[in-house]
Amino acid sequence: MATTDREEQTGGGVEEWRRRYEVTPERKGELFSTISGVENEPLYSPENVELDYERDLGWPGAYPFTRGVYPSMYRGRLWTMRQFAGFGTAEETNARFRYLLDHGQTGLSTAFDMPTLMGYDSDHARSLGEVGREGVAIDSLGDMETLFDGIPLGEVSTSMTINGPAAMLLAFYACVGEEQGVALDRLRGTVQTDILKEYIAQKEWIFPPQPSMRLVVDMVEWCSERLPLMHPVSISGYHIREAGSNAAQELAFTLSNGFALVEACLERGLDVDAFAPRLSFFFNAHLDFFEEIAKYRAARRIWARQMREKYGAQDPRSWLMRFHTQTAGVSLTAQQPEVNLIRTAIEALAAVLGGTQSLHTNSFDEALALPTEHAVRLALRTQQVIAHETGVVNTIDPLGGSYYLEQLTTELESQAYDYFERIEELGGVIPAIEQNFQQREIAEASFRYQSEVERGERVVVGVNRYQQEDEQPIELLRIDPALEQKQVERVQAVRASRDSAAAAAALARLKEDAAHEDRNLMEPIMDASRAYVTMGEMCDALREVWGTWRETPVF
Amino acid sequence: MAGKIRVVVAKPGLDGHDRGAKIIARALRDAGMEVIYTGLHQTPEQIVETAIQEDADAVGISILSGAHMTLVPRILELLRENGVEDVVVVVGGTIPDDDADELRKLGVAGVFGPGAPTTDIVDFIRGAVPA
Repeated sequence: MATTDREEQTGGGVEEWRRRYEVTPERKGELFSTISGVENEPLYSPENVELDYERDLGWPGAYPFTRGVYPSMYRGRLWTMRQFAGFGTAEETNARFRYLLDHGQTGLSTAFDMPTLMGYDSDHARSLGEVGREGVAIDSLGDMETLFDGIPLGEVSTSMTINGPAAMLLAFYACVGEEQGVALDRLRGTVQTDILKEYIAQKEWIFPPQPSMRLVVDMVEWCSERLPLMHPVSISGYHIREAGSNAAQELAFTLSNGFALVEACLERGLDVDAFAPRLSFFFNAHLDFFEEIAKYRAARRIWARQMREKYGAQDPRSWLMRFHTQTAGVSLTAQQPEVNLIRTAIEALAAVLGGTQSLHTNSFDEALALPTEHAVRLALRTQQVIAHETGVVNTIDPLGGSYYLEQLTTELESQAYDYFERIEELGGVIPAIEQNFQQREIAEASFRYQSEVERGERVVVGVNRYQQEDEQPIELLRIDPALEQKQVERVQAVRASRDSAAAAAALARLKEDAAHEDRNLMEPIMDASRAYVTMGEMCDALREVWGTWRETPVF
Repeated sequence: MAGKIRVVVAKPGLDGHDRGAKIIARALRDAGMEVIYTGLHQTPEQIVETAIQEDADAVGISILSGAHMTLVPRILELLRENGVEDVVVVVGGTIPDDDADELRKLGVAGVFGPGAPTTDIVDFIRGAVPA
């Protein structure tokens, strides 16, 4: 190394640094902005960041929760390792659940197949070819009994990714609890039930927004009275991100959906502190490491401030945002799939450094198919390595105070507030959805990212750089097509063997009550479930009363 | 070429994953094609009806639900039954290699997996649609 000017090493401040920085030309080609397009300075220092420690960060477990929702965070208890699973019929998925519990998983998470998500029984014409393909097929209480066979519901917490027919699936679960002799107030878990993000992103809806929201509020109300340990709604940004949004949109649309739900519950006359502590959240963990950590911290701060300042919540538990995280499916590549292990590990680390309460790590083969047991085990091991080998759990919010991270947290927060204003100007979340606002914003961001990749401004290893010819195919999970027929026979057997008069009466009552907006539908749905009325039959009854939803597609 | 290439971009089945379909639709439009996007949750019958009504040169089917071996053959069959022989059918999504081979045998012109550049798809359709 050549001799260095002594003065350059010892002083001159930021101007001097900038002068020296500019001596070396920046690399050309790749963008320096975040994946979401937030511009990054080459360096952050006290000059870029304006923070009031007590006001903006505070202490873990205390308002505004920027540094975490619990005073002890992972020194008290690690996050829940919760791998999402489901395929075939209830029998296959029950076996996978037991496998995961045997390997140290601490919570269950159920993936349902497309017909279940859309409210069709497995023998419906529209279900053909889709049964058990992307998740487990659950048509009636009978299937739910099989799904949790040998799994004591009083001892596990179960997450269910279900939205349109969430009320029916929660009722099936509660009925299995009853059958196992577990009191309803001991059932723990989370039902996704976030219908607003379905219209925006995941697109598995049944009814129009208004009656859908009524059913969601029915669940919130019923759970606060009967299932106090259940999270009746998981307000989800995951799917918004998977649909192509950027981080700021994920943050903004998720939180605005959350506030819309709070407003719907308040309109029902519920006390904010009676339901808000049970609301939970679900975010994506994408690859832009610091941006993701900033997103979680901004989310906690915004939620706390709005719940306290705008919605008048008094109970501190109403202010704190607890969330589940899943690594980004959209970041996985079909090319050189083993490389996905590395992507997922980095994403999972961001989720942990962002203070997640539970985590799903994707399996490396998921750009190609549902994961094999081998791939799922490696995904779970990734979390275990982070938890037990890296040391990142030893200190709370270890990146707090980083000039860069704090500035990025503030930047994302400010972008979210801009979106809140734009949504407000359109009349609120549902009117904005009806005008395709969120859908259009996501499509724009998604196309912009794709264009950046195609121009080589964003490098995706193995896809647009470092490609490999002659890749060896990896072993994939194949769903046996015979399972569809087996499930069709199961649902038909349920219909044939039940007390048909009792089933018809329960269904008639559900329909009658659905026509009266002031009636909570959860007890009628529980009664119908006990009578083995199927999920599809209940949804059909509600379709007759409420109609269905169709979007005007934009691209 | 006489006129713009007309492409129907279709989402069959119950699958709600529309990120890819929308990107492709936009890339085809930006490349000068006339794009008709069906929207979600279409039956094979609806897709074929749209293809006929729109006098499509090509149909792009986006499917990520694993139901491709049921839905795509049904679309091909309905096209044949309706005497539509000259439309170019391409499929995109999470399609395992074995299934992609099978779909090609059944008459699909091209299968594009995750990570395929939109420019490849544009070029493929331009090459496959008779001038």
